[in-house]
Order: sequence, then C-alpha cells, then structure tokens
Amino acid sequence: MAESTPILRIEDLAVHFPQGGGLFGAPRMVRAVDGVDLTLARGECLGLVGESGCGKSTLALAVLGLQPPTRGRILVEGVEGAAAGAARKARARVAQMVFQDPYSSLNPRQSVRRTLEAPLRLHGVAGSEIDDRIAAMLKHVGLRPELADRYPHEFSGGQRQRIGIARALILEPRVVVLDEPVSALDVSIRAQIINLLLDLKERLGLSYIMISHDLGVVEHMSDRVAVMYLGRIVETGDWRDIFARPRHPYTRALIAAIPDPFEKKRTMRMTGEVPNPLAPPSGCRFHPRCPEAREACRAEPAPQLETIAAGHRVRCLRAAELAPAGETA
Amino acid sequence: MSEPLLAVENLRIDLTIGGVHHAAVKDVSFTIGRGETFGLVGESGCGKSVTALALIGLLRPPLSVGAGAIRFKGHDLAQIGADDMRRLRGASVSMIFQEPMTALNPLSPVGRQIAEMFVLHKGATWVEAEKRAVEALASVRVPAPDRRAKDYPHQLSGGMRQRVMIAIALACGPDLLLADEPTTALDVTVQAEILELIRDLSAARGTAVLMISHDLGLIANMCARVGVMYAGRLVEEREAEDVFRDPAHPYTAGLIASLPLLGARARHGRARLQEIEGVVPSVTAFPAGCRFNPRCAERLERCAADDPAETALAAGGRVRCWRHG
Amino acid sequence: MKFRANLWIGGALFATVVAAGALAPWLAHTDPVMDANLMNAELPPGAEFWFGADGQGRDIYSRVLYGARISLTVGVLSQLINTVIGVALGMSAGYWGGWWDDVVSGLTNMMLAIPSLVFALAIMAILSPGLTSLLIALGLTNWSYTCRLSRASTLSLKNLGYVQAARILGYGDLRIMLTQILPNILGPIIVIGTLGMGGAVLAEAALSFLGLGIRPPFPSWGSMLSDARDQITTAPWVSVFPGLAIFVTVLGLNLLGDGLRDILDPQSEARAR
Repeated sequence: MAESTPILRIEDLAVHFPQGGGLFGAPRMVRAVDGVDLTLARGECLGLVGESGCGKSTLALAVLGLQPPTRGRILVEGVEGAAAGAARKARARVAQMVFQDPYSSLNPRQSVRRTLEAPLRLHGVAGSEIDDRIAAMLKHVGLRPELADRYPHEFSGGQRQRIGIARALILEPRVVVLDEPVSALDVSIRAQIINLLLDLKERLGLSYIMISHDLGVVEHMSDRVAVMYLGRIVETGDWRDIFARPRHPYTRALIAAIPDPFEKKRTMRMTGEVPNPLAPPSGCRFHPRCPEAREACRAEPAPQLETIAAGHRVRCLRAAELAPAGETA
Repeated sequence: MSEPLLAVENLRIDLTIGGVHHAAVKDVSFTIGRGETFGLVGESGCGKSVTALALIGLLRPPLSVGAGAIRFKGHDLAQIGADDMRRLRGASVSMIFQEPMTALNPLSPVGRQIAEMFVLHKGATWVEAEKRAVEALASVRVPAPDRRAKDYPHQLSGGMRQRVMIAIALACGPDLLLADEPTTALDVTVQAEILELIRDLSAARGTAVLMISHDLGLIANMCARVGVMYAGRLVEEREAEDVFRDPAHPYTAGLIASLPLLGARARHGRARLQEIEGVVPSVTAFPAGCRFNPRCAERLERCAADDPAETALAAGGRVRCWRHG
Repeated sequence: MKFRANLWIGGALFATVVAAGALAPWLAHTDPVMDANLMNAELPPGAEFWFGADGQGRDIYSRVLYGARISLTVGVLSQLINTVIGVALGMSAGYWGGWWDDVVSGLTNMMLAIPSLVFALAIMAILSPGLTSLLIALGLTNWSYTCRLSRASTLSLKNLGYVQAARILGYGDLRIMLTQILPNILGPIIVIGTLGMGGAVLAEAALSFLGLGIRPPFPSWGSMLSDARDQITTAPWVSVFPGLAIFVTVLGLNLLGDGLRDILDPQSEARAR
C-alpha cells in the first residue's frame, strides 16, 4: 500500500479559531485542530472518532475546503490544492460530504431532480447527459428513477439519506466525508444505509473519511481508525489495532464506555469531561482524566505519536508499559 | 412476587387528528417492581415516550389515554385528577429527558431549582432547602457542588446539566424514575458516567427506573427486564440477557442482526448486515394485523389479517407473534 | 384545510380595490380631474353623484376610483423597493457576516430609530412632490424590518446541511443565496411586505394630506382628504368616502398579511399545531 500515492495526505494541519476577545483584550485561540498528519489510501474507509470538541468535524471541514487551515497542507494525489475560494469548483470534484441529519440536509423547496441537476449544470455537464446521470445515480443508491420529480417531504428518513448520498456522489468525487451517516436514522433503517455505503465504496472505488461516535459502526466500516482528543490524534492504526489491541488509555476508555449488552459489570475507569479547549492541560492533554497518568505525563513536552507496530501509532508516554501481556512494545 | 410498584394494564393512547382516533399505543401491559429497572426500547414513533408521558400525567391533546389502567401505589394514574397527579409528580414519580436544557429554567441558578423541590414537596424553608440542594448536587457527583449550585444552566456542560436534572428528579426520593433517552445527546464517555450514576443511585435508594431508549445495547446493559415496542405495541418482554441471546420476535431478532455490534467484526469477520425491509410506519398508517407484518421476514398468511395476542414463552417473558401463538 | 377567514376577507377587499383601480376608466362616471362644475359643488350623494360631489363639483365616486390607482401604485411599488433592499442587505449580511454585517446592522438600527414617516417627509421636502418622489421617499425608508427578518432567517439557515452541501458542491455565494436561502425565507418576507403595503398606503395618504405627496388636482385619497378639510362639517361625504377607501384598503392588506402568515410562516403553523 505504501508505494502508491495516497488519495489524500494531510500534513501538520492546524485550524485555530479566535474566541472571546471583543473590545477588551485580544481574543484567545481555540486550537480545534492542532498538528494532524493523516493519509487516506485509495478505496479506504478511515474512521475518525473522539468526543465532541475533539476537532474531528473541523478536520473534515478543512478537507472539504470550508475551513481554511491556519497551518499545514492538504495534498490531493500528491498535489496541493489551491487557496480557499478560488478553486471551489475544482475541490467539489475531489471531496463531497454526506450529512448526519437527512431532514435539514435537503432543500425542502427543491425536487430530487433539481438537487442533482444543478451541480451537474454548474460543472458543465452536457444537457443531454444529465438525465442519464441522474437516473443512473438514483439506481446506484437504491431509488427508483421515477421518484426524481418528488420533493424531500415525500420521502422517509432512510430514503432522504439515499438522496443525500446521491447528491454527494453525483459529481463523481474521489473522497467522501461521512459525518455520522446513520446516527439520525431509525435503528431498523441503519443497516440498509451502512450496507449501501460499503457497496458504493466497492463499486465506485470511493475513499471515505467517516466521523462517528458509534464505535460499532466504526469497527464495522473502517479499514483504519484515528482517535482524536483535543485537536490531536492520540492513536491511529488498522481497525484491528484500535479495537482488538487499543494501546492509548483514551482509546480504551472510549471502547469501555460502550454499554455491553451481555455484561452488566462496569469497565469504565475514566472520569470527568473534556477540558476547556481554550486552556488545554500541559503535557499530555489527556492526563487529567487518564486512569494511567503519572507525574511525567503532566510535564512538557507533550508526548509525540510513536510507532509501536506497523501502521499503529500512539501518543502516550507509557505506551510501552501499557502493552498487553504477551505482546512486545 | 408481591404487588408490583407499577402495573400498566392494556394501556391505549389515542392520537386524535380531525376527530379520528389513531391508537399510537395499543394494549400495552407491563409491571415494574419496587427498585427494579425496566427498559422500553424501540424506534421513533413506537410509542415508548408517550407511554412514559402517560405514566406521569403529561399527555396533552392531541394525545390522550384511550383505555386501560396504570396502577401505582393504590392510584389509577389513568383516572387520577390533575391535583393528585401534581402531588405525585416529583414526590413519587419523576422524569428526566433527553435534553435537560429545555427542562431547566434558564433564568434560575440550578441550586435554587433543586431547592424548589424540597420547598414544594417537603415543606422545607428556603435556607434549609438550599443546603440540601448542595448535598443533592454532591450526590450526583458534581464537582465543587457549593459553587456549581450558583451556576445557571447555560454555564454547565450537557453532562452536568443532566446531573442537575437527576438531582432534581431524585430530590424527593421518588419510588419511580422515568428516564427518556437520558444520554442520547451526550458523548459516549459522559453517557457511561450518567448511566452509572443512575444505576448507583437507584440501587442505593431503592428507586425503580423505567429506562427508555432506542439503543438496545444500552437497555440490555442497564435493565433487568426489557420491553421491545414496535408501532405502538409491546411485541416482546423478556429478561434483558435473553433478548440479545435468543430474541423471540422477528422484529427484535431483525434489529439485533442489523446492528454492527462492537467486537463482532473482530470475532467473526465483516459479515453483511442483515437489513430490515421497508420503513417505520407512521401512527396514522399502522398496518392491519400484526403491525410488523409488511416488514417481517417470517411472515405467515394470517399475520396480515389477524392481530396476534400475547403468548407466554417457556423460557419466561411474553411475545406477540403468530410464530409463537 | 380549515377556512381562513382573514385570508379570504382580506384577499376579497384587496381584490376589490385592485379591480376598482384597474377598471376605473370604465367604472367612472366622469373624468376625475377635468369634469369640474361649480354648479354641482358639495352635492350630497344621490342618483347622479353616488358618493356626492366635492367643493369643485367633481364626482367623488370617480375620483375615489382613480385614487385607488395612485394609492396602490405607491403602496405596491414602494413596498417592492423596500423588500428588495431589505432582502439584499439582510440576506448578504446574515450570510457573509463580518464587517458587512456590522455595517448593515448599524444602518438598520439607525433606520429603526428614525420614524419612517418623518424620514419620508424630509426626503419629500427635498424632492419635488410627485409620484416618483413618493416612491423614492417611501421605498427607501421602510426596509428595516424586512432586513432584520432576512438576516435572522439567513443566520438560522446558513449552517443547515443543504446550504453547506451547496458550498461543497462548488456553488458561488450569490447562487447559494438565491437558490438555497431565498426560497426558504420568502414566506415571512411576503407577510411583512403585505403588511408594509398597508403602511405605505397610509403614509402616502398622510404625505398627500400634508401637501407633500400627490398634488391636486390629481386624485389621491390623501389629497382628497386634504381638500375636504374645511368641509368636514358642511359636506362630510367629501372626506368620508376617500377615508373609507383608505380604511378598506389598509384593512384588506392587513387581513391578507395575517392570513398569509398563517400559511407561509412555519413558526405560526407550528403554534397552531
């Protein structure tokens, strides 16, 4: 895998927002994303997990070009994208997004056909081709092409999500950001959409960046996973590394937080909430909540992402000590 | 078993639109014993939340109790007057919601909102009540409770607000706590802490809990017994462990097979998720016969015509399905 | 769907006034300006002069019909100008934010602090009286509510999924505002616009009454009232009928606006449910 150019390479990406300030005093900076390196291989699904405020959504917006980075670069097939604004249309053909809420993500006053037709026209697709592309896309997402002239309110939540997926794919992008793609759907509908997304990835050779708080969905869909905490990646690796051999105490805590239907025993040892991002803790940012923290974890400099196995990287001073018995660090 | 704390018998809740009654909830019966944790699980529109609202007398038109009884401590909550209900609410039955921000008064410090419960229901003086409010905040594990008591709801995080709601709900030592999706708006880590808090406090005080969620895993983890609702009907009621290991109703079985359970891929590899066909029906268009029949993979001919009755299962529990009837 | 009394009554009243203005040349008995005959001065309502005759012996019925043209032209056009200005400023301020939003919000607050009639009076005092000046004066002074409403609605829409999706699909800002935002905020804006038309009709009458609007002898309801000032006790019909016309028009527009609010404004719809 390493020899081919990744479809997307994110290098030292940082997004800082000014917050507060106003008349008196300079605004303080929220480091929503603070030095993230990531790659996305062709045909891969990368799961991004972490609590709200960890920066995963900001990272996704930066990839989509909606959030200009403070620092760092985003390379598409090895080429750096143009500055924000100028190349909106070019970037639209690289990355698209599927939204969480199938209700607010469709314009209530546009028929399905309008929703899919307008981007094609904008990107100069010939008029004769448009109807065929729309019909083909609706078939891809499991909707009958006859439904094209209906309006969003005539569809169920699951069908709306299919329309949202069709809109994201109509320009044939290479990367699709899935932002909690099933969490607003009824439980009995989720499997339909998960299967559809996996089928489309195979059939159309798509690459996904998926944001989800549902670790069951992340494990099922992802090839690789990155765990974020306060703007930084704390652990990344193959899905097996993350779910079967998690090393970072935060990753372990996230997994332990999922209620186990078969075990009533509590396994959660992490307490407290995400600290104020305006004043992140010194040293390892996770140390105030970490059940494994030692004095050294408080001290600067903060730990770096270290490779502990092929493709498995962890940002923890105690990574070696925390290796499960029988495994070498 | 002695008299249960709560017995819901053949409850029907009507949704009245333009003079037509639609049974949003039909023939739902279950009991909750003292100190027991019972879960209701189902999708949006299945009737789990309106059932809880009926228990606490908060149904408002177009929703109303159409038939059935809700027996609780010698009262029938389906018949009880508004004044009696108001006295019970808070003191004997209380409720927490998905979004605590909408249930808290934004203009009043949270300590005062807790203290109000002691003043209203226990006749405490304000000075005494404020002191007990700080204790109540400490009991829901809010750090620095004496300072937090002076905070307004918007100054607290979602998790802290839900803790405040729990403190208010448990202030007067109710016998029954209704928890409607109490952690759905929260991060999983905060969810785990809130669930643990509810579990610990209800065990310590002997409070019975009716837990409502769309998350089958959460319900199975938290509750002793589980009721699965679909389209206004209780389709299955079992011990929590049994529901996941050996679901009886095709809907429950389908739901479990459709969920990507944490750890499943590591154990068995990536299997294609089993889909449940079709869409969740709306209240005004529930199908005839068994309400799940149009989506059911194990449909029999009679399912579309006849409404199945409840059948007792050999392993304990009940199911409403012709496959078992 | 339930019968919406205010929508239908308001619509009917407004339609009547529109028809009266449009069909004035056929409905009128005499020319509203030229056919003055002092012999008929201050004749009370009767078979020949349905609404009576004014101080110069002109047929009030005919003058009221022609007056509808002026009142409606001023009401509709000035409100159209206000709406275009308000939507353009409000939507762009809400969408872009930043310094432009500060400028627009400041301007709006200033406009709200000045009584719009006084502002219009000042403009009319500078310009010469006449229809064009009226349109300018009333069209530039009453956009602040529309502007505020557009800005607030845009703010609540701009972070919704479908607006974000349009940005991700490569739409330009102008296209997003026109195709994604405007159709979804139009309902309440139409309501405000309709209610504002009633206000504009009143403002036109007030300005004309003060002699700053439409100048006699052209029949505007306001100038007719102004002319009738001295005869209010001796020949009340000279002032009653133009006054009634104003009343019916403004009432009709207000009822219509209320009725439209019930169907177009999702918030009031939610309240009704």
